[in-house]
Formats: sequence, C-alpha cells, structure tokens
Amino acid sequence: MFSTLAPILLQATGETLYMVAAALALGTSMGLPLGVLLATSGRGELFEALWFQRIFGPIVNATRSVPFIILAVAIIPFTRFVVGTSIGTSAAIVPLTVAAIPFIARIIEGAIREVDSGLIEAAQAMGARPVQVVTKVLLPEALPGIIHGLTLTAVTLIGYSAMVGAVGAGGLGDLGIRYGYQRFRPDVMAAVVITLIVVVQAVQSSGDWMARKADKRNI
Amino acid sequence: MIRLSNVQKTYPARRGSDEHTALRGIDLDIAAGEIVGVIGRSGAGKSTLIRCINLLETPTSGSVIVDGTDVTKLSNRDLPLFRRQLGMVFQHFNLLSSRTVYDNIALPLELAGASKAEIAAAVDPLLPLVGLEEKRDRYPAELSGGQKQRVGIARALSSSPKVLLCDEVTSALDPETTRQILNLLKDINKRLGLTMVVITHEMAVVKALCDRVAVMDGGVIVEEGLVDGIFANPVHDTTKSLLADEFVEFRAGQDSAQSRDQSSGQEG
Ligand SMILES: Nc1ncnc2c1ncn2[C@@H]1O[C@H](COP(=O)(O)OP(=O)(O)OP(=O)(O)O)[C@@H](O)[C@H]1O
Ligand SMILES: [Mg+2]
Repeated sequence: MFSTLAPILLQATGETLYMVAAALALGTSMGLPLGVLLATSGRGELFEALWFQRIFGPIVNATRSVPFIILAVAIIPFTRFVVGTSIGTSAAIVPLTVAAIPFIARIIEGAIREVDSGLIEAAQAMGARPVQVVTKVLLPEALPGIIHGLTLTAVTLIGYSAMVGAVGAGGLGDLGIRYGYQRFRPDVMAAVVITLIVVVQAVQSSGDWMARKADKRNI
Repeated sequence: MIRLSNVQKTYPARRGSDEHTALRGIDLDIAAGEIVGVIGRSGAGKSTLIRCINLLETPTSGSVIVDGTDVTKLSNRDLPLFRRQLGMVFQHFNLLSSRTVYDNIALPLELAGASKAEIAAAVDPLLPLVGLEEKRDRYPAELSGGQKQRVGIARALSSSPKVLLCDEVTSALDPETTRQILNLLKDINKRLGLTMVVITHEMAVVKALCDRVAVMDGGVIVEEGLVDGIFANPVHDTTKSLLADEFVEFRAGQDSAQSRDQSSGQEG
C-alpha cells in the first residue's frame, strides 16, 4: 500500500512547496518595497509621502481582513486574466501571492520600524543618501526580524495552499480532501497530516536557524 | 572653519506639543584646528546647535558657514556630499549591530563609493589609532562601552573629515573610560589637526579637552571664552552653577542621562 501512496504523496508535497515558494518569492518582490515605503513615508521620515500611507495603509488592511478562502474565490476573474485559468497549481499561486503581499509588507514595515532611529541619523550624518539608508542600514539591521517574518509567512502560506487545494489546486490539501475525505481513506489523510507537520517543522526550523545566523545582537 | 550667524531653530508644533524655539540667535566662530566646547543644562539647545552644523536639523533662520560655504543653502543632492566632510560621534554610539568593527568603520567610505582597496587603506591605520586591532572582526555586541565609542570615533574619522562633531560622547561611559576617550580625542586633534565641536554637560570634559567654551542656557550662548579664563573668572550664573556641579559630577551625569532618555521616549 505504501508503494502506491508514496508517489502521489511526493507529487502533492512538491506541488505544495512549488505554490508556497512561488507565492513567497513573488509576494516578497512586491511586499518588500511596499513595506519599506510604509515604514519610511511618515511625517519627517526618509521618504515623507503621507498620501502613500493614506492610500496603501487601508488597502493593505483591507486585503488582510478578508478571509483567505473568500479572497481566493473573489479574485477568480483576476486569476483567470493572469494565468488563463482559475484551476490548477499555477492558478493557485495568484491568490496566494495576493494574500502574501500585504502580509509581508506589514512584517517588513514592523521589522524596519524596530531599527533604532539613531542609526538612521548616524547614516545621514555620514552622508548616506535616502536609498543608501535603506540598503546599507535599515534592511541589514532588520534582517533577523525579516527572516522571522518570512518564515511565518511561509508557514501561513502552507496552510492557505491546503485551502486552495480544496478548490482544485493540487498539493497536499487537495490530496487530503480527495482521497482522505471524499474516498474515505484515513491512511491517506493521516499521511497528508503527517507530511504537513513535517514540512511546517522543517520550514520553521530552517527559518529560525537563518534568523539566528543573521542576528549579531546577542553573540 | 565654522561660523554660525544668528542661527534660530524653532521646532514646529506637533500633536500634543506647542512649537518650541530651541535656538534663539546663536553666533559662534570656530577656527580650524580648535576644540570648542558647548556646555549647558539639559534642554539648553546643545544638541540642536551641533545638529544645525551638519544640517541634521535645518535652522529656521540664520546662516551656517562651513569652510566658506553657506551650508543651509545646499540642495538635497549636495547635502550628503557636504556631510562626508564632517564626522559625528554620538552618545549612544549608534553602531550597526549587523556589521563588524571593521565594516562599521568602513561604512562612510562605502557610502561614498570607495573601492575595497581604498577602504582598507583608510581603515587599517585607524584600528591601531583607536586601539582596536584585536577587535577588527568582532561585532558591537561583543564590545564594552568604551570600545564601542572607539569604533564610533574611528568611523567618524574614516572619511578624513575636517571637522569632528561630538555630542555627549562620554556621557554613557564610566569615569576611567571617559578619561581614556578624552585622551584619544585630544591625541587625534593633535595628530590630525582636526577641528572639534564638543557638546557636554560636564565642566570636567571641557577642562580636559577644550581650548574654548561656549556656555548655553535657554537657546542662547550666555558666556564664551578661553577655557582657562572662564574657569578662573566665571561671570554668568549658569557657568557658576555648572562649575559647582563638578563636585557632584557623577550624580549630575546620571540625572541628565535619565531625563534625556525620558524626553527621547516621548518624541519617538
Ligand atoms: N525634534 C524635536 N522636536 C521638538 N522639540 C525638540 C526636538 N528636539 C529637541 N527639542 C526641544 O528643544 C530643546 C533643546 O533640545 P536639545 O536636544 O538641543 O537640548 P540639549 O541641550 O542637547 O539637552 P540634553 O543635554 O538633554 O541633550 C528641548 O526643550 C527639546 O525638548
Ligand atoms: Mg543633547
């Protein structure tokens, strides 16, 4: 029995990791600049632009307050527009990314706001241009917090990816629902749950390890 | 080297606080190679004054001439270039925790786009100057307060500035370490002929380090002159009381450090 289960389990795990990795990468590429700007566009800050906060703050909050499963269904037209279909593993990346962007933006914003403002001042006194303050001071100093946050995002996305699995996206969630629930195969259900636990543990542990490596504040 | 003429600074009103005038017409001349102390009680406007020199604060009115240029007129593009000619040392060191000693000292050069070789040529001789050869690859978390401040000083020197601005650089240090840091600064002034502006609330620092001193109170300079003269013959009440403080120096240091922490907490 295991020999028949192993290949489909492996394939489902691969699909889950693919969806999560893609959404994490795409979400970071957009969430990072958004988070940096949210953290630095306030009054008297590096890139003062109050309009930016007024527009994007509420958008970020609104996106975050919609439950993921509803978000995924609500943006189906957009998903279809981007990928050409709303079903399948690649299509699932769209709602996952849309959910990840504001999540990551807030995490980056928070990590940057933790950086001592004295360091910004010191950098400016040294002749740093605003962009250099971000690249040379804020991001390196916030790195441990950012890694922690991205780890949290990855774990959350693994959960979300199981939800989109329920609407036909492939991956471990899909497998669990189709075999474990609809065809009543408790062995498959158990295997899926155990695999999810192992994957989440592995992601969390490696994230913690990287954050510790990056953190030079307590040596 | 530096000439402040009728410099005023008013912080605009914010939620929960009225506007506040921290500097009310400051005139101060600082010659090249000189060490000038600025002393005063907490809230006198000392930090505001020194921050107006490198334009971390923009004066509301008046002019700040550094090396012949009115720096208040500089554009946002030129301001970083100007600031690279000044080094600044801070009370709380403000070192990057993510960088080693060497990389912290290298930062100003990195910002200016220096090559690896240029950086090494500038940083390597600074390490022995501040006595940190052995700590080269350590992180700030592994250093004592005095060592951190040595890194702060080396970092301020790495871009070969003409002026060193020091804001309460010994206030977070114990008396012995304070003495060492003051000796280091004195030594640097002699060797490199640097102009220095030294902010402090302790007369002992002025006595140990400065050629000339300006006494501030309520946003104005109330008394100014050669250190020996001011010590021998203080005229203004503020000066007299600051001199009297020397006997309770330790307590005074603690109290004002506390009040500063509280006020910065409110601002942030
Ligand atoms: N960013 C700011 N916004 C508003 N008010 C400020 C700001 N910075 C300083 N002030 C006010 O200006 C006055 C002078 O402050 P400053 O920091 O120059 O004093 P100081 O002499 O350096 O005091 P200390 O010895 O405590 O450092 C204080 O009353 C302070 O509250
Ligand atoms: Mg001050």
